[in-house]
Amino acid sequence: MAIFKLHINGKEHQADVAADTPILWVLRDHLGLVGTKFGCGIAQCGACTIHFNGAAVRSCMLPVSSVGSAKITTIEGLSEDGTHPLQTAWDEIDVPQCGYCQAGQIMTAAALLKKNPHPTMEEIDGTMHGNICRCGAYHRIRQAVKLASTKI
Amino acid sequence: MSTVNQNSRREFLKLSALTGGGLMLGFNWLTAEAKTPAIVNAAGVAGNIGFNNYLSIGTDGIITILSPNPELGQNIMTSFPMIVAEELDADWTKVKVQQAPLDTKNFDRQVTGGSGAVPHSWKLLRNAGATARLMLIQAAAQRWNATPEDCTTADGFVVHTKTGNKLSYGELAEDASKLPVPKDVKLKDRKDFKLIGKEVKNVANKDIVTGKGMFGLDFHREGMLYAMLQRPPAFGTRIKSVDDAAARAMPGIIDVVTFKNNVAVVGKSTWEVMKARKALKIAYEKDGNIESSSDHDRIFKSLLDTGTPTVRRKDGDVEAAFKTAAKVIKSEYQCPFLSHSPMEPMNFFAHVRADGVELVGPTQTPGSARTATAKLLNIPEDKITLDITRLGGGFGRRLKTDYVTEAAELSSLIKAPVKVIWTREDDMTGGSYRPAVRYRFEAALDANGNMIGYKLRGIGINSGNPTREDNFPSGSVDNLLIDSVEHASPITTGAWRAPITNFLAFAEQAFIDEVAHAAGKDPIKFRLDLLQKAKTNPAGPVKYDVDRMIAVTRMVAEKSGWGTKKGVHQGFSVYFSHRSYVAQVGEVVMKAGKPVVKKIYAASDCGQVVNLSGARQQVMGGIVDGMGHAMYSKLTFKEGEPVQKNFDTYRLIRMKDIPEVEVHFVDNGIDPTGLGEPALPPTGGAVANAIFAATGKRVRNQPFMDEDVFKTTITPKTKTNTKLPKSSFQKTKKA
Repeated sequence: MAIFKLHINGKEHQADVAADTPILWVLRDHLGLVGTKFGCGIAQCGACTIHFNGAAVRSCMLPVSSVGSAKITTIEGLSEDGTHPLQTAWDEIDVPQCGYCQAGQIMTAAALLKKNPHPTMEEIDGTMHGNICRCGAYHRIRQAVKLASTKI
Repeated sequence: MSTVNQNSRREFLKLSALTGGGLMLGFNWLTAEAKTPAIVNAAGVAGNIGFNNYLSIGTDGIITILSPNPELGQNIMTSFPMIVAEELDADWTKVKVQQAPLDTKNFDRQVTGGSGAVPHSWKLLRNAGATARLMLIQAAAQRWNATPEDCTTADGFVVHTKTGNKLSYGELAEDASKLPVPKDVKLKDRKDFKLIGKEVKNVANKDIVTGKGMFGLDFHREGMLYAMLQRPPAFGTRIKSVDDAAARAMPGIIDVVTFKNNVAVVGKSTWEVMKARKALKIAYEKDGNIESSSDHDRIFKSLLDTGTPTVRRKDGDVEAAFKTAAKVIKSEYQCPFLSHSPMEPMNFFAHVRADGVELVGPTQTPGSARTATAKLLNIPEDKITLDITRLGGGFGRRLKTDYVTEAAELSSLIKAPVKVIWTREDDMTGGSYRPAVRYRFEAALDANGNMIGYKLRGIGINSGNPTREDNFPSGSVDNLLIDSVEHASPITTGAWRAPITNFLAFAEQAFIDEVAHAAGKDPIKFRLDLLQKAKTNPAGPVKYDVDRMIAVTRMVAEKSGWGTKKGVHQGFSVYFSHRSYVAQVGEVVMKAGKPVVKKIYAASDCGQVVNLSGARQQVMGGIVDGMGHAMYSKLTFKEGEPVQKNFDTYRLIRMKDIPEVEVHFVDNGIDPTGLGEPALPPTGGAVANAIFAATGKRVRNQPFMDEDVFKTTITPKTKTNTKLPKSSFQKTKKA
């Protein structure tokens, strides 16, 4: 066990955990940030997607020891009040079904729009292909990313 | 959105009685139904006035509606309150929705399954809203010294029609709640619906997109322990010996408990438990048949010929029909086991105390979960509370109670509050699969291409009856025999979204397409002719609504431009399941010598659509789900052990794989008949038939990606699929 200082959603956090603990479980079990979801544990489904210095990464396979001073953003920190263009687009298009994968979908899309604010449909599909939605809400996910891109 | 905690609600009720606030007066509109015992204020929300077990109204006009059924993405938490609010004439922006806990005194059928929630509760919910509305009107009439007939309601106000005076529901709530509960309230005419049938957004959107902890896996209780269970890796094995010394020595581990066929590792955090579980040394021994998928293939073929079938339906003289047939068509179809794979893996919280049990988590069947726990622990049911969290998908997996009772059993053994968490691998290898099935279809055609005989034999592995013997084409064929044989296996199975029909529909609709082509008839015209026979000259009982099936068939043909398109190849499928009817046309184009599904049209008759946005989601999601599993997914076994253990080898459909989907609904004024499942079954057939139209090759086994048509390059056909005689549907329609 060791103490890790973490920069999450603009705040300093500390966690006393084993060095190999994936940041997913630090967030969920130790810091109470449960918006980031556990889906597969092998970086295949994207439910656990967070931002690591602005880039979308899978938190389920990212050991806390490799985070260092990187800035971590989770769904809880994507916006102050839930008004990131993707969050409002998600409501406007009425995307969620069960909702479990949606935080990961939004975080993946947010990293895309940060890098490429006006992606083509092919670019949206290419990026979002890594995130599984078992309810099959892909049509509206795609539509909401496109809508959000017009508001950035 | 929040879960109402039963204990805190009871405390509140007590508290409000003590303070004599007079705001918690209970009414039971259900007494008119004489089915549910008298109730008090299930919807007891601080400061609100309880009207009945679904709703309470605050003096500020905020209306709180309880949603009793588990929410797993079917959008029940939005559609149920919409029905109440419609009859109440509430201002939807002032409606708050809360998930009710398990409460069998105040609610019935708190189940998510069988596409049954809205059909079951439609009238109950409308009555709840309409009764409260009438009481508010009566309260307003008393204040105005007017008659109820002089009053109307709109957007959360009672309006005096002569003077235009208005009183808000919040102002009237306390007076209204003291009135006797009226019986036989009048419900709205459909034409007056303001909410029902409109697009209303999911009430949980805001919480979902901001990452609020609403799922079972998110639930946390101070002092709670975490646990993972190691279950046998192969079906047909049991624990022989356990060496847990290394696991016990790992950091953060509190206990290791072996019970039944499980070794539970209990600790302070998920990761510590996950790591320690890997340090377990468990030996297993044979405890039943050890089966591989190659064994199943052999068993299927053998049982088709030598099994002793159970006859499911027999009409006419099928053997005679086949003897006199001008043409006989015979085909076999096979579907593999599937995992449910909801995105949220199984989990449940349990705290077994001396004075009772607390259960919290995601379940489709909270009532069964409580009953099973009571039986297991030998505790009366009324000592057990169960709070329902949001479910990160279910697809039938959470109809089972295994993951609830194991948490309760573990808590009772370690005498501590504990949450049992499954990994994805646990979920995929832990059983309760969609059963694998093989079908043999045979059809006899007369010289005019009429189907005079039909045989179906289904062989299922732990499938129960793998047929739906009274579904189409039963009733439309004079001589028919449907039977089945079941193979008992240690591999556990369960209901999977649209049980049985999720693969039977594909096989049957693909086979009917084969028969239509063999008869030289347009596939839609062929079916319409059969349906006409079922209507005018039925063979045996007809247990589906022929007119509703015809209507969706005609609608999808028209919307898809059936038989009129160039450059795309169309396939048709129609299915009745769970009281509803869905017809689909799949469109395939050839790309680099491979068929690609470009678009799927759907015409659905689910009766009255409650929430148009949610309903479209159910159809689109059902189609994506149906196509994804037909095309890509399979769970195979090697010596009793699932070969696919996670999403790296178990393929689910992803964004680049989806076709365009166009959704239409029949508006026929029938009360709702359910929509969570019925859009899924027809998709496999629509896709398979379109693949045939494009390539001339049949896909008869799922997943389609393993079939030759996807493994070899096919020279593109430039013609459309209309090389059939000019008996197209378009012509039929005009006739």
